[in-house]
Amino acid sequence: ECVEWEVTDGGGSEIMKWNGWGYSDSKFLFNKKGQAEFTGKRYRLSGMIIPGLKDWMEGTFGANLQHKTPATPLLTSSAVQPATLNKAFLEELKSTGIPFSHDAEDRVFRAHGHCLHEIFALREGKFGRVPDMVVWPNCHNDVVKIVELACKHNVCVIPYGGGTSVSSALECPPEETRSIVSLDTSQMNRILWIDEKNLTAHVEAGIVGQDLERLLNESGYCTGHEPDSMEFSSLGGWVATRASGMKKNIYGNIEDLVIHIRMVTPRGVIEKSCQGPRMSTGPDIHHFIMGSEGTLGVVTEVTMKIRPMPEYQKYGSVVFPNFEQGVACLREVAKQRCAPASIRLMDNEQFKFGHALKPQVSSIFTSFLDGLKTFYITKFKGFDPNRLCVATLLFEGDREKVLQHEKQVYDIAAKFGGLAAGEDNGQRGYMLTFVIAYLRDLGMDYYVIGESFETSVPWDRVLDICRNVKARIIQECKDKGVQFPPLSTCRVTQTYDTGACVYFYFAFNYRGLSDPVHVYEQVEHAAREEILANGGSLSHHHGVGKLRKEWMRDTVSNVGVGMLKSVKDYVDPDNIFGNRNLL
Amino acid sequence: MATEAIYPHRDPMLKKRDDFEDMLEERRNSSDLRYALRCYTPVLYKGLAPCKASMLKSMVLQSDQLHHVIGQVSRETGRAADDVQEEASAILEEMAHCLQLSTVRFFAFTLSKVFKTLFRSICVNEEGIQRQAIQEHPVVLLPSHRSYMDFLLMSYILYTYDIALPVIAAGMDFMGMKFVGEMLRMSGAFFIRRSFGGDKLYWSVFSEYVKTMLKNGFAPVEFFLEGTRSRTSKSLTPKLGLLNIVMDPYLKGEVYDINVVPVSISYERILEEALYAREMLGVPKPKESTSGLFKARKVLSEDYGSIHVYFGQPVSVRSLAQGRVNRCQFNLVPRHIPRRPSEEIQSFVNDSAYRLVRAQEENMVLKPWVLLASLLLQNHHQDQTAGQKRGMVLEELTAQAVWLRDMFREYGAFLHWPDHVPPSEVVSSSLSLHRGLVRVCEGRVQLAVEQGGQVKPGEPHSTVTPEEELLSQAVIVLSCASYRNQGLHVFLRPALLASAINAASSNLKQEVFNSFSFLRNMFSNEFILCPGATVQDFEEACYLLVKTGALQVTQQELLVTERGQRTVAFLTSMLDPFLQGYQVVCRFLCEEATENLTEKQFVPAVRKFIIKHLLAGRLRYTEVLSSDLQKNSLAALLRLGAVQKIKAAEQGTLKVNKVMVNSLEDTLGGRLPTQKAVGARL
Repeated sequence: ECVEWEVTDGGGSEIMKWNGWGYSDSKFLFNKKGQAEFTGKRYRLSGMIIPGLKDWMEGTFGANLQHKTPATPLLTSSAVQPATLNKAFLEELKSTGIPFSHDAEDRVFRAHGHCLHEIFALREGKFGRVPDMVVWPNCHNDVVKIVELACKHNVCVIPYGGGTSVSSALECPPEETRSIVSLDTSQMNRILWIDEKNLTAHVEAGIVGQDLERLLNESGYCTGHEPDSMEFSSLGGWVATRASGMKKNIYGNIEDLVIHIRMVTPRGVIEKSCQGPRMSTGPDIHHFIMGSEGTLGVVTEVTMKIRPMPEYQKYGSVVFPNFEQGVACLREVAKQRCAPASIRLMDNEQFKFGHALKPQVSSIFTSFLDGLKTFYITKFKGFDPNRLCVATLLFEGDREKVLQHEKQVYDIAAKFGGLAAGEDNGQRGYMLTFVIAYLRDLGMDYYVIGESFETSVPWDRVLDICRNVKARIIQECKDKGVQFPPLSTCRVTQTYDTGACVYFYFAFNYRGLSDPVHVYEQVEHAAREEILANGGSLSHHHGVGKLRKEWMRDTVSNVGVGMLKSVKDYVDPDNIFGNRNLL
Repeated sequence: MATEAIYPHRDPMLKKRDDFEDMLEERRNSSDLRYALRCYTPVLYKGLAPCKASMLKSMVLQSDQLHHVIGQVSRETGRAADDVQEEASAILEEMAHCLQLSTVRFFAFTLSKVFKTLFRSICVNEEGIQRQAIQEHPVVLLPSHRSYMDFLLMSYILYTYDIALPVIAAGMDFMGMKFVGEMLRMSGAFFIRRSFGGDKLYWSVFSEYVKTMLKNGFAPVEFFLEGTRSRTSKSLTPKLGLLNIVMDPYLKGEVYDINVVPVSISYERILEEALYAREMLGVPKPKESTSGLFKARKVLSEDYGSIHVYFGQPVSVRSLAQGRVNRCQFNLVPRHIPRRPSEEIQSFVNDSAYRLVRAQEENMVLKPWVLLASLLLQNHHQDQTAGQKRGMVLEELTAQAVWLRDMFREYGAFLHWPDHVPPSEVVSSSLSLHRGLVRVCEGRVQLAVEQGGQVKPGEPHSTVTPEEELLSQAVIVLSCASYRNQGLHVFLRPALLASAINAASSNLKQEVFNSFSFLRNMFSNEFILCPGATVQDFEEACYLLVKTGALQVTQQELLVTERGQRTVAFLTSMLDPFLQGYQVVCRFLCEEATENLTEKQFVPAVRKFIIKHLLAGRLRYTEVLSSDLQKNSLAALLRLGAVQKIKAAEQGTLKVNKVMVNSLEDTLGGRLPTQKAVGARL
């Protein structure tokens, strides 16, 4: 819809930024006139002027266009630690003909995900422990060979898919003394077969979300799995982290979509013998694999459910007088089990933020209409512009049912004081999902750092957790000496029968702080503690990685950790998959 | 012993306190009527309009918690849910406040008149009031409780400063006063039964009512941590029920934080002064009745000096709980299902309660009279021992008061001694304010006890029996003691240490500590001693005595200095009445307690025993007659297991472990070293 698809090649580094989010040609900047614009041609917002962004940044963060913090423009290879190579491994690898590299740029590119501290360090040109080499297997058998060699020569392997991790999962453990091989799955990106009778597709795990969707679309199908990172994240990564997609209400999360998984481990290949839709064969071994975060092996091939492409899609949006009403509406929608493909509720701050990202309107008429709408909502309906909030909706299916469904949802919304606010607002909301990650890079050019994190929480706790975590962030920033009030905002992004997924965003202007990343990490840590104290989960779909593993024991109990450990000990006794995530 | 542990000594002298301003000054200079009718526009929590009483009731009745409990009660008793619901509604009706501005205005007017006649000034720290008015989080007000006046006074102050009016938890006994009860209700009081032990439904309605008001920030919630008025002016050990309730919304994440504000109200003269003394001597507490209040008012048409009200630093419940409570414990059971608080939470609430009571104590303003009462009492006891009735030379009293003033200041007391006035004037004006309690005669001052010394048996003495005589003396002594008690918290820890040094068989630090720890444990029902803070208290006591040059602490020993003798003597004799009192109670239990002594009979029986000893001259401290002391010592013995409560058919009887009680008595009397007496228990 809003993205011009393009297959990303494995090397990646030319068309992708090495020290920021996404494509090199797409970024926010302030032009000579001091107006914000978004460059490139890939997105709907590309090439447009965003007049409100400057004021919003100045107003929200106290940022100033005069105070810049530009990133180090080029990667200096000499700053990268020299590679520790395992000669014997290298020799044998060469004989297999699998491509590899120990070029500094290739290694640095695969040494990080997109946590704030990772990007911040890259922008400063600082690199910690990075992989010593990168290998590009082309198929399942290549992976089998690589893992065999790694075991034989005691080499540490870290699987790498799309590199969109936000849990420090890709960081190389600094204490690792063995040679670290980054196993890049990007060349394993084919759809091996499509089974139209059973509606399944067998796909190599290195395929990136947008390619998978585009290729399936060509045959009239889709998986419907659309995480916000789908432009760059890979199927294998989804499986390894228990990913969730925006449209899970129709298609399900990754655990619902997966029928069969093939994973290469130091003990050999693990897979099931059939593709029955459900089995009663003891604990589901897929659940050892899903969420294993690269600690047990490499997922090479996955059979997934596919669906015929939807006939009709319609965006929508609803304005509520306040966040409480909005949450009550989402709860009711979930209770009646009539959630559209996607339903997301932004709080007031995010609503304002969305407003600031409106591109310049081309005609006086549109701006007049906008004015009229604002007038209607705030003056006529009496909504307080500092309290109102917006839900964005996406309906999918056949046309008639969509319209019917739409009416049902809007009727429920009306009971909670919600007013329909048009398709355009809804669509823009979803478009922002893709560009919001670019915005962090702009902030970092002007002393603003920030991040998002998520949780899942029972319905009765949603309002409490939103209020308390936002307040905690503000308080912690104050206590830690942040000079400007932070942006602390949230949205409810998924609904379930018994609870919801909540996303928090926070960002602040770090001028005057000597160690902003440390302050940032302390605040995020405190915010996570607050989440847990308020009945939220450690993660809904980002995973644990190394960032959150200190809370694993409290989360799954001692016995739980013991269970996971014993699986790890059996499958990978020599810790070949030594990224040290999770446990 | 961990006395080497670093204890962060804050120099009490450095304590920053706000300035006071006299509220009555403006009342004396402008119209009370205009004041009562003025525009009242307090800042509201999050800009919320206050909730109508009826709306509040329906919120409570529709709450998940109450629904759950109603269902439970209906299942357990077989009653129809509607029936139980109705009962809940009736309970709420009985309980709920219905704050009306018109009533508040009425009180504002009448109280202005009353206050101006009774008091010279009502001094408040405006900064403190404004601090708590920043309604970022729901507010709980915790005033100290010494008088019926307290809560009207609080509302009066908040009204004056244009601050949101609180809703106040009041005991049901007020409801006995038909008209007054309703008036209080309309000025924001809500009424709770004194005991509702096992009544699930009552508890549920009550806690939900308080939480609903608090969570939504409809009004600050005010209650008395001490549970009841302290008759002795000592802070009472805190009651935890309401504190548990108000902390719950934070612990369950329903609010981000709650600010708790300790408020210290100190009266230069307590209106109920003699009433309290009589009550403790066994004249039963009259049921609160409207006519009684008026009678009291008649008696009280004299000068009651000034009142000081100090709003302390708000305490954030979140910061109190930081690192103490794991809030995840509420994750696995729906939050509306009432559960007994976990041990972790109980101990957290208990510790917090002690901290808050100590915060109240610290900000109590002490008047010169507190020092004078302490000195006069000591002198009275000395006179009694010597069989004289000489009193103190006024100059000597003044000199000693100045000495004591300086000591109090060094201990960090919040003492209001007018420095620009010569000490002799300070003393004489103090004495004249309390002329009911002291007599100045030929330059000598003594307590206004009708007859000093003992009445010789057989001597005709009108119709007054020696016992009546004794009791009327005791009224004066207990009244005086209550003023001394106002300052107890200041020197309690040094006094415990001084007594410990006296009792210990050597100067060895460890031995003194053992002795200190024993006394502290013994008296923890009597005074505010935070549980588990023995080492801190010991360190604090050492610190203060060293600082004032009374003590030298070496690696191994504690040595009282030459100039410290006087301090130590003073401190020891401050605590002596309590030490003696506890011993007498022990003796009673050993000598006279029968198999079927009930709890109810305990106080009258021990009183009889004490009167006997006093009259026989075997006991010098009349104040031991205080039922408060007797009850506290029994509570301590029960806690230590020296006495056990045996549940009998009608009432609980007391089973005394005479060996243990006897050895406790001997240890208190210094006849037995501490370790042997109670062993591992301490």
